[in-house]
Amino acid sequence: MTATLVKETSPPVLGAVERARRSRRRARFIALLFVFPALLLLGALVVYPVLFSIGRSFFDASGTRFVGGENYTEMFRDPATLKAVRNTAIWVVVAPALLTGLGLILAVLVEKVRWATAFKLLLFMPMAVSFLAAGIVFRLAYDEDPNKGVLNAAVVGVHDAFTGTSEYPTARAREGQGLKAGADGSYRTSGGVSPGESVTLGLVGVAPKDLPGGAQPAYAAAGRKAAPDEVRGVVYLDFTPGGGGKQGKVDRRESGLPEMKVEAVRDDGTTAAHATTASDGSFRFTGLKSGSYAVELPGSNFAEPYQGVSWLGPMLVTPAIIGAYLWIWTGFAMVLIGAGLAALPRDALEAARMDGANEWQIFRRITVPLLAPVLTVVFVTLVINVMKVFDLVYIIAPGPVQEDATVLATQMWLVSFGGGNNQGLGSALGVLLLLLVVPAMVVNVRRFRRSQR
Amino acid sequence: MMMRRRTTLLSGCTALALALGATACGGGGPVSAGGGDKALSGQTVTVAGVWSGSEQKNFQKVLDAFTEKTGAKTQFTSTGDDVSTVVGSKIEGGNAPDVVMVPQVGVLQQFAKKGWLTPLSNTTEKSVDAGYAPVWKKYGSVDGTLYGLYFKAAHKSTVWYSPDALDQAGVKPPTTYDAMLKAGHVVSDSGLAAFSIAGQDGWTLTDWFENIYLSQAGPEKYDALAAHKLKWTDASVVKALGTLGKLFKDKQLIAGGQKGALNTDFPGSVEKVFGPKPGAGMVYEGDFVAGVAHDQFGKTVGTDANFFPFPAVGGGKAPVVSGGDAAVVLKDGKNAKAGMKLLEYLATPEAAAVWAKAGGFLSPNKKLGLGEYGDDITRATAKSLVSAGDSVRFDMSDQAPAAFGGTKGAGEWKLLQDFLRDPSDPKGTAAQLEAAAAKAYKG
Repeated sequence: MTATLVKETSPPVLGAVERARRSRRRARFIALLFVFPALLLLGALVVYPVLFSIGRSFFDASGTRFVGGENYTEMFRDPATLKAVRNTAIWVVVAPALLTGLGLILAVLVEKVRWATAFKLLLFMPMAVSFLAAGIVFRLAYDEDPNKGVLNAAVVGVHDAFTGTSEYPTARAREGQGLKAGADGSYRTSGGVSPGESVTLGLVGVAPKDLPGGAQPAYAAAGRKAAPDEVRGVVYLDFTPGGGGKQGKVDRRESGLPEMKVEAVRDDGTTAAHATTASDGSFRFTGLKSGSYAVELPGSNFAEPYQGVSWLGPMLVTPAIIGAYLWIWTGFAMVLIGAGLAALPRDALEAARMDGANEWQIFRRITVPLLAPVLTVVFVTLVINVMKVFDLVYIIAPGPVQEDATVLATQMWLVSFGGGNNQGLGSALGVLLLLLVVPAMVVNVRRFRRSQR
Repeated sequence: MMMRRRTTLLSGCTALALALGATACGGGGPVSAGGGDKALSGQTVTVAGVWSGSEQKNFQKVLDAFTEKTGAKTQFTSTGDDVSTVVGSKIEGGNAPDVVMVPQVGVLQQFAKKGWLTPLSNTTEKSVDAGYAPVWKKYGSVDGTLYGLYFKAAHKSTVWYSPDALDQAGVKPPTTYDAMLKAGHVVSDSGLAAFSIAGQDGWTLTDWFENIYLSQAGPEKYDALAAHKLKWTDASVVKALGTLGKLFKDKQLIAGGQKGALNTDFPGSVEKVFGPKPGAGMVYEGDFVAGVAHDQFGKTVGTDANFFPFPAVGGGKAPVVSGGDAAVVLKDGKNAKAGMKLLEYLATPEAAAVWAKAGGFLSPNKKLGLGEYGDDITRATAKSLVSAGDSVRFDMSDQAPAAFGGTKGAGEWKLLQDFLRDPSDPKGTAAQLEAAAAKAYKG
């Protein structure tokens, strides 16, 4: 364009060269002028803070004393930081790989269903939820109390459907009243019982409202005599409502404990007879041969209700938070990979199909290799994203396990503002985070450049 | 046309209001001789504090009473939890409030050391000398100068219980720690866990520890430990942790066992006692438990919910751990003088009575008649607080640097949570506490 212009308007060659140079210089100046605001913003918002943080990381908490590399050594002496490094490593290794894999599978599958758009929309929707809100939702979903946490409600529901629950999970024997606890949660009389004798087995720790319906006072049953060939007894709640009862005695108002399993056990440990208590807590073993028996309340009476999985305990908290992260980002990975999939040359797939390749072979040998550039972009973007994960960890992890879930970004915030008030150490952590992100950035920038060429 | 008519109507109204206002003002001079001198009319006192919601509303009533009296307008800004950061940035921005209600001793000291505060006027100081136990003056002073006036106090030595649960078990409110654990066992025999502990919120655990320590080791050691002049590895700390461990290690005494406690936050712990499905008989925390039980679970305080003072531990006196909001005047406030007048007003029993009537308030001012409180339970807590006089001690974790005594998942909060999970090694916990404290007090 310039060349034609020059040819048309100016005969003297030297002047033309001069003018061309001048116009080129002007073009460069104008370009700079246009870039300047962006450069200024970048400088003020990126370059300056980075340099400032690096500088700040060499000073102590107050920011007045130069401490050299002390913050960096302190950083790796602190067990919380080491844990943060470990957790960040887990995040980086697990989350992006899982997400890319999930995204790929879903993208390929979604292509084949009829309501693809609706399905994609549905999966993409969590992206529209703020991390804070998602964090709160998952904090609730993971709650350990089955009455609050939906996940544990499901786990407990499934568990209880198979094993059933016990009648008296909170009951325990009154101490020092003739019952001793076994290792399996059972209780057994400490002395031997012979046919013709009767026993009273006192338990405590059952609230009146938790008694099975129809429970009767045990007083009358406790007074009955046993026949010569039988062992009789009552299992009762050794607690008078409102207090005043005598420990180890069946008081008038004390209730029997119905539906309790009772066994008579011989000296060699074998069971001689079974019984289940009646509504007044009474039971009897008839037709016993003479000898000494122990009366046992098997542990199954007292099995504690299944509490479900401790999702937010020290062990599972990081996987649990990664789960929440997957929920949010799967849609993103799927849509991006889906776009790459749509741009694949159909003829290659067709050709493979013609040659008799099955779907799995096509997926492995053609789709994945052709998609590799897109997969890398998704993967690297997610790596960068995962490094700076903060909100989910901060919100989902309850106080007691905060340290077990901490990652570099939360640690940086906690150390600098969340109570630590040591912005020197915090800056050092920030610099560490920057150093870890840089390789991923470099890879990404290189990729962009190559794809532009 | 329509539009225009409305505007004229409006302006007419404004004019009317203005005229009325003018007459009211004009007439105000002679009338106010009885009610107040309105000496500050035309000035606006800005106040900042952590209060929001109903607390803010009730404090506004106090401010309105001040306006009534002096004519000064007031403006309250809620700062959220982090007062020191908010006020710091306001001062730097040249927009400092005149008066700040500071919720922690540590923050007050920090403000004073930075030179942000004006010493209180003689009038205020006289009111404090006359109406407050010396300990409140001490907590309001830095290096012998009085900067802070404690307007609102909290009583953190109250064990709240459900009278139904204790009746069912047939036990009476205990007066010693051991009796409390024994009563707890009886409650547990009756089929209800004894205590609901909010292990998920570390601050409730520090409050447990502080009450035990104050009673067992005495106020002198308490002060020394709060200032970190005494090491946390001291035998008295280990002993107090052991005493606390007696409760923490007993599965029968804690609702849901240690694991359940660590999964319970503070509102949850109140719910376990006063909620629709009670799972425990008692919950320890400050007087504000009553508010939660009433507002969230509709309990009538006094009949459905009651308290007994935190019992004495060992041979010691029953502890009274407290907290409070201190009013301070900032040097950089535009109307600091009027702000000082507000403090003089806040120091009077008259001001305290305004909020006391509204409820949810305790005043450390002895001059405030107990009759001013709205209900018997508040009256009893107020009486306990005021009659404790000089043996009241401030919440220790509030006096410590935030990194040690006020951070979720770190320092004392975290270490006591670990201790709740496994209370077998008080000595080891004490050593860890000392390590964390040494680091935090140094920085």
